[in-house]
Formats: sequence, structure tokens, C-alpha cells
Amino acid sequence: MSNFAQTFSSSLGKKLIMSLTGLFLCTFLVVHLIGNLQLFKDDGGQAFNAYSYFMTHFPPIKIISYLLYASIIIHAVYALVLTIGNKKARPVAYASYKGEANSPWTSRNMGILGTILLVFIVVHMSNFWAQYHWGELPYAKYEVSLTDPQDVKVTPIPFNASVAEPAHADYVDSQAGKKVLIAKDLYKIVNESFQQWWYVALYVIAMAAMSFHLIHGFRSAFQTLGWDNNKFVPLIRFLGVWVFGVLIPLGFAAMPLYFFFK
Amino acid sequence: MNLTLKVWRQKNAEAKGKLVTYKAQAISPDMSFLEMLDVVNEDLIKKSEDPIHFDHDCREGICGSCSLHINGQPHGPKHAITTCQLHMRSFKDGETIVIEPWRASAFPVIKDLATDRGAFERIQQAGGFVSVNTGGVPDANDIPIPKVIADEAFNSATCIGCGACVAACKNASAMLFVSAKVSQLALLPQGQPERYRRVQAMVAQMDAEGFGNCTNTGACEAECPKEISLTNIARMNRDYLTAKIFKEEEV
Repeated sequence: MSNFAQTFSSSLGKKLIMSLTGLFLCTFLVVHLIGNLQLFKDDGGQAFNAYSYFMTHFPPIKIISYLLYASIIIHAVYALVLTIGNKKARPVAYASYKGEANSPWTSRNMGILGTILLVFIVVHMSNFWAQYHWGELPYAKYEVSLTDPQDVKVTPIPFNASVAEPAHADYVDSQAGKKVLIAKDLYKIVNESFQQWWYVALYVIAMAAMSFHLIHGFRSAFQTLGWDNNKFVPLIRFLGVWVFGVLIPLGFAAMPLYFFFK
Repeated sequence: MNLTLKVWRQKNAEAKGKLVTYKAQAISPDMSFLEMLDVVNEDLIKKSEDPIHFDHDCREGICGSCSLHINGQPHGPKHAITTCQLHMRSFKDGETIVIEPWRASAFPVIKDLATDRGAFERIQQAGGFVSVNTGGVPDANDIPIPKVIADEAFNSATCIGCGACVAACKNASAMLFVSAKVSQLALLPQGQPERYRRVQAMVAQMDAEGFGNCTNTGACEAECPKEISLTNIARMNRDYLTAKIFKEEEV
């Protein structure tokens, strides 16, 4: 076996993969949250739909998105491989085992929390991501007056199988004095999805699972990298609990709740 | 004190074991846990039954022989002690105590509560040593070592290799033990020549023995009778990744 293959099949190598993919997914969450804050803008989805088009068509972001899909798969597959190894390492279970006496609940349930997240990601992506790419999506036309940015005219273009799909357009019509955007109306799909209570509930539960997953996962990733400098550990722990464990899950959970109660 | 014991009885490595209930009667609260087992065993011998097999040696908390998973925790409910240092006053009269061996595929049961911890020896043999040239005796304090470094190395060196870290870990991972053995030498000047070969060899042996993988739960650190800290695992990870990815040092 080459040195490279040997490194990544060792216990510490596999942990390194978990750590790096996990941290990459954490950075994605920050970008995803900031971008999606545009859902809260009350502009009929203009900003969000323009952003959706940009995120799916700008080449550098496309490359990063493939890295992201790969990270999700690798993180899940390695977690499965490691878990199988861990189960094999203790073939006979203890009759009495007091885990709560020596370790936090989150750290002992990363697999369950991760599985909830994986199910959520599949549902989430098939509903929005797959819909956006291959689904039968309505379009929306936004006409913004150049002299008064508050003057916006929104025209929904419902999906119609018998007519050719409208082309995405983003241009300035100086004769009419308008800025025109024709884009896939993902905002509408988001709005409609979050009218169903069970869908909102799934999102909120998944975000709770993400909170617990990251409270342990974020600082754990740095420990695996061997980054336990006393100067940085308090900062890492603070970020892990308050940013990745509280702020980000709350921000995401607020989105379905906002549309449900709007 | 009168107690009910549920003890794991297993004839040999191949046999299937089970929990058997025993009564421990007229136990003094000042007895150690092992002395309590001695009393139970004397009863069993008088009844010409097979006594309970368990590991023990120094009985003063320095050898690492005594093991026992007591009521769901290695070395029982108290912090930073071995089973021989656990006294019966830590239990209530009439309590039921479940006693099991360390559970790990790398620590096969020899008999009853005694396990074969030879895996730890083989990990040590793989790299847990320094090579010293023979010759004249060097002067004391010839090699300057800062106090903090010496102390940190000593903290790692207090590991007695009892295996409580493996027993406590939900994944039966041996990383706390291995990292302590890597650290005690990696921190000192004498350990530098073999530093990066050592960490690779010991981790490879740890994996070969079939221990699980660390998920940073911290259970090992909490249950370690010598309070070996998780910093050691971070240090081992650092050295291992340095050796494998940045330095390309062959084993």
C-alpha cells in the first residue's frame, strides 16, 4: 500500500477526513445562511431569485458546490466506515454502561444526529435544489423603475408545458426607464413549501439536530487536527457553541417559521 | 454491609459468559473493592466453587493491573482512582453492583473478569522506546529541559496502562493510552531521533490490534485513574499528520 493510501486508511487519517469535510461543511453553512437571509426581504423574491441564479451559474461557485456535494457524501461514508469499525471494536456490549457520567450527550450521539441531518439534506435538496435544476418551475418578471427603486412591478409567469420556457434575463431597458429581471421563481416554491406544518416541523427538528451535532462537531474537528493551542481553544469552543450551535441553527429555523406565520 | 453482586463469569476466551448473582455479606466499609471480592472468593472456595478470577497486583494504584467495569464505569464511580483504591464506603448498604470485564475485541477475556491486555504491550514494542548508546555514564542535567516540558512529559508518563480509557470509550478506542506513550517521549530531547517513526509505528500497531476510533467524547480523560488529558491525543494527531503529510518520514 502506498504511503498515501496507508495514511487515509489509518484511524487518524480517516478522522482527518471527517474533520476537514466537517469544517468545510461548516463554512458552507455560514455562506448559505447569509445568502438565504434575502428570503426575509419583502420584495416578492427579486433579490432571492437573482441570488439563486447567480449561485447556480457562476462557474467558481459551481466548482465549490461540487466540492460541497462530495464533502457531504465523503463525510457520511467515512462516518459509516468508522462507526462499523467502532462497533467491531466492542463486540460484547456492557450490561451496565454509564456514558452520562463521563461524556456529554451530544458527543455520544453524533451518528444519530448525523443521520437525521442526512435525511434532512436529501429531502431539502430534492425539494429545492433538484426542483430548481430539473423541476417544472414558474418564472417571475420584475420591472424596477430606474428613477424610483421602490417602484417594482412583479409579473408571475406560471409554468406551462405547452409553451417554451422563458429565458433568464437581467437587463436595463433605458427607453422604458426600467431594470428588468426574468428569473426562475424559487422564492414561490419556498413560500409554498413552508405553508405545510409538517414540512416546517421537519426543518425545525433538523436544525435542532444540527445544533447538537455542531456543538460537539466543531470543536472536535480542531482536536482531531491537533489544534489545541490554549490561546485558541476558548475561541473555538465559543464559536462552536454560540455561532454554530445557536446562531446559525436559529437563523435557518427562522426561515420556515417566518413563511409559515407570515 | 450486605451487597448483591452481579459478576460476569466466563470459563475461558471461547466460552460464552453470563452475569451470575452473588451475595457479599458482612463487608466492612473500610475494605477496598478487591478485598471485598477476596471475601466473596473465600466463601466460594469454602463451598468448593470456582472463585471469581480478577486481575490485581500492587493494590496501591500504581501497577495498572486491576481493571473491573463497576456499575457502568471503569474502576467504579470515583474519579481518578484504580479499583484497588476504591473503598466499599463509596457504596450503599444493600446496593446491587454489576461487575464486568473491560469490553474490547482487542482485550479478549481470559477468564471471568481478567482480560488479556497484551495489545498494549505490542503497541509499546512497536515504538514506545528510545535508543540509547552504550558507553560512559553521562553527567546528570547534561541536557537542559525546561521545567514545564519536563512536567508535561511526566504527566503523560504517569499512564499505568490499565486500559480504563479503552473500557470507558464508547468506541473502545485506545488513543488516550497510545497518545500518552507517544507524548512522554516526543516531549523530551531524548525522544526526538525516533519521534516521527514512533508515532507512525505505534498508531499502525493500535489499528492492527482492532481498537476503535476516537470521537473526542472525553470519556477516557474523565475515567483515567492518572488523569491523562486529551491534549495528548491532539499532540499525537499533530505528530502523526506531520509525519505522514508534511515530513514524509518513513517508518
